[in-house]
Amino acid sequence: MKDILILAIESSCDETAAAVVKNGRTVLSSVISSQIDLHKLYGGVVPEIASRKHIEKINPVIEEALRDGGVTLDDLDAVGVTYGPGLVGALLVGVAEAKAIAYAKKLPLVGVHHIEGHVSANYIENPDLEPPFLCLIVSGGHTHLVIVKDYGEFEILGRTRDDAAGEAFDKVARAIGLGYPGGPKIDRLSREGNDQAIWFPRAKIEDSPYDFSFSGVKSAVLNYLNSAKMKGEEVNRADLAASFQRAVVDVLVEHTMAAARDYHMKKIAIAGGVASNGTLREAMSRACDKRGYRFYRPSPILCTDNAAMIGAAAYYEFVKGTRHGWDLNAIPNLRLGER
Amino acid sequence: MPEGKEKSADRPARLLALDSSGMVASVALVEGDTLLAEYTVNYKKTHSQTLLPMLDEIVKMTETDLTEVDAIAVAAGPGSFTGLRIGSATAKGLGLALDKPLVAVPTVEALAWNLFDTAGLVCPIMDARRKQVYTGVFRFSEHRLQTVKAQTAMGIEELTEFLNHLEEPVTFLGDGVPVYREIIEEKLRVSHGYAPAHLNRQRAAAVGTLGMLYYNEGKTQTAAEHCPDYLRLSQAERERAQRLRENPV
Repeated sequence: MKDILILAIESSCDETAAAVVKNGRTVLSSVISSQIDLHKLYGGVVPEIASRKHIEKINPVIEEALRDGGVTLDDLDAVGVTYGPGLVGALLVGVAEAKAIAYAKKLPLVGVHHIEGHVSANYIENPDLEPPFLCLIVSGGHTHLVIVKDYGEFEILGRTRDDAAGEAFDKVARAIGLGYPGGPKIDRLSREGNDQAIWFPRAKIEDSPYDFSFSGVKSAVLNYLNSAKMKGEEVNRADLAASFQRAVVDVLVEHTMAAARDYHMKKIAIAGGVASNGTLREAMSRACDKRGYRFYRPSPILCTDNAAMIGAAAYYEFVKGTRHGWDLNAIPNLRLGER
Repeated sequence: MPEGKEKSADRPARLLALDSSGMVASVALVEGDTLLAEYTVNYKKTHSQTLLPMLDEIVKMTETDLTEVDAIAVAAGPGSFTGLRIGSATAKGLGLALDKPLVAVPTVEALAWNLFDTAGLVCPIMDARRKQVYTGVFRFSEHRLQTVKAQTAMGIEELTEFLNHLEEPVTFLGDGVPVYREIIEEKLRVSHGYAPAHLNRQRAAAVGTLGMLYYNEGKTQTAAEHCPDYLRLSQAERERAQRLRENPV
């Protein structure tokens, strides 16, 4: 079979990214232009600033991806682009750009669900991984526990009822003065702390054993900080970070293992920005080893937003025959499994 | 390639033009001093859904081979931030894929160009919300567009005062007219009027023909370097600047 080369574009949040991916699994190039330093000034992603930055960076990023991949637009078979979910103004930059390139080069256009991209990051470094498998998707905007039944086909078992896991990390990080983005900073600080020092609640949801809730643990942390302040007690930030992270990771691992047991899944994957968290990776790996499950996780650089994962997802949509028209719009609240 | 469309070195330049800076979505194809096609829709549908299908339509209708387009002209701001970016990203994608330069045409200038050779002053006003307009003041002299006041964001009453001082007749156009007409009628003391519907909104034909003048003068950009000119910071940046002014670190 002839090789399928896809140019993929991602601009759903604060990363402008482009990649060239061969047959959904081989990354010829992956370029990411991060805006984190810009948004740090504001304590979080500012949508209008993100959109403006995307338009500045998108052409150089695509050109670099083509150059690094050693291909020209004439070598491509399709253009893939994230069209949701995400920040609408940010998404629109990638969508308009991808459409124009595909149109001018007479190439098929494949719109990709951002979360489907995160899941597909696992295909890149694990040539043997094929559906079905269980996948925990954890990021700043999403917390989903899903069965990947086939490429691009999902059964959602659980989701967060309130904050996404990454959102809880960001809020706690802000409360203890670590700044944005919270995840990596809490992960680093936790290594110096005792994760048993403070007990934070692990939320269970009645009748929905796989759903998550992180607003309780977040509030418990804020209450703890408040009451220490009132009493004039010094807070050990490393202990607090480690104990908070332990509480979140415990719940994530526990629910994933329960779903694996109930649905007889032997292959477990994680995806999304929070999947780069060291403590989560270690805990999930240990839990899988203990039960004889195979554990898959993308390298940290493929966990956070990137276009290589969009290229992987676009490939499987492309071979299934998914094609989008020149009227493709950005859909900020696109649901998983919808198109 | 359709017959009669063979590339020739001495054929007139061919420009594709886009304007999605406001409510109007508009695309045009200009060849030398001929307008080959224009498609303009003033309806509340998202530009993301309309702009490229409209372009595809006129390209097909005129049997245009995109590789023979010499440059892409785009309304480069001011305007709706998101609208500008849809036009800009579309132009940048086309420029990248076709390896062709972009011509950035200031939105307010292109609006003024709609009223070619109008006597007196031409004053486009675009609703910029917060009681402001994106505007500029122009006149035509020897069939050329001359700038009296370059495009900027300003208060509507500041604008009427400025125009009162110039003591010349003014023709207004743009989507700011229905919003601020009452204030203009109340504050403006010079003779004035409003352009009719076929001339009073963004038109890609104007972006294309004004863009052609720029193109012939060599005023082009690479697709990579082109960015919209918003004329305004984002709200977060404005607020941060204000905080820093009030509490310098």
